[in-house]
Amino acid sequence: MWEDARMVFSVHVEVRLRPGIADPQGATVERALPSLGFDGVRDVRVGKSIRFDVDAADEASARSEVEDMCRRFLTNPVIEDAVVVIEETAGAAS
Amino acid sequence: MSRRVGVVLFPGSNCEQDMLEAVRLVGGEPTVLWHGDPTVGGVDAVVVPGGFAHGDYLRPGAIARFSPVMDAVAGFVADGGPVVGICNGFQVLTEAGLLPGALQKNRGLKFLCATVGLRVETSDSALTRFAEPGAELRIPVNHFEGNYTCDADTLAALKAEDRVVLRYTDNPNGSVDDIAGICNEARNVVGLMPHPERASSELLGSADGLPLLRALVA
Repeated sequence: MWEDARMVFSVHVEVRLRPGIADPQGATVERALPSLGFDGVRDVRVGKSIRFDVDAADEASARSEVEDMCRRFLTNPVIEDAVVVIEETAGAAS
Repeated sequence: MSRRVGVVLFPGSNCEQDMLEAVRLVGGEPTVLWHGDPTVGGVDAVVVPGGFAHGDYLRPGAIARFSPVMDAVAGFVADGGPVVGICNGFQVLTEAGLLPGALQKNRGLKFLCATVGLRVETSDSALTRFAEPGAELRIPVNHFEGNYTCDADTLAALKAEDRVVLRYTDNPNGSVDDIAGICNEARNVVGLMPHPERASSELLGSADGLPLLRALVA
């Protein structure tokens, strides 16, 4: 039915270490770059990228659901935060 | 009657057999608690052992914390039952919110497999009540994510409330304030990165884990 139409949203969650949390991977990458000839690189931080599609009635409810996922599961709020990018994709949910 | 100690088994746990054997060695009656069962089966103490529960996918402990057995463990904790998380078990307990803070990748990005020195900081915890404050123990560590971290307020509370249970004498992994193990406010939940079950006999190189293991069975 029309009022039940749900849309598909493409979601990208970037999981980052919170500012101030030490990042041993980032520090190691940063130390390695000059030895490969890449100078002038600073503040390297290594994170995670999680992509998926989600069905939702609208973008606001998709965002609310993804933020709940981040809080409960996709990030550890003690050391990580997330940047969420949501885009509507073509076509309704099946 | 000897005390029954439940050892939680997740897919990917790999220290549960050592723990079962160590419990037997100190006179307890060990039993396996399957991660999918929503009960701790009436045991007297629970150990969440080391390993790589659910492959450490996403983060160590991130998936394990949602196992049915963990709801039962949380209920056991609320009733005052003693719970000890070792290594991956410590990571699971922090993810589950039963202990504060988190365990980050080691400073230096090396997987550490070595016997390290530890100092007992308090005997007021479920794991250290038979250990002497100030005593130095030699116990193995075996981890990649053992670098304990927490916010400044949490650290201040841990110190003010005497909840740092064990410290490294020579910090191997970058843990804040040399922390190797902590307890919760009620002092019945302890998490530590070192493996007392691997220091249960001189034949293994150290028997310094015995005073800690005995606390589980007496």
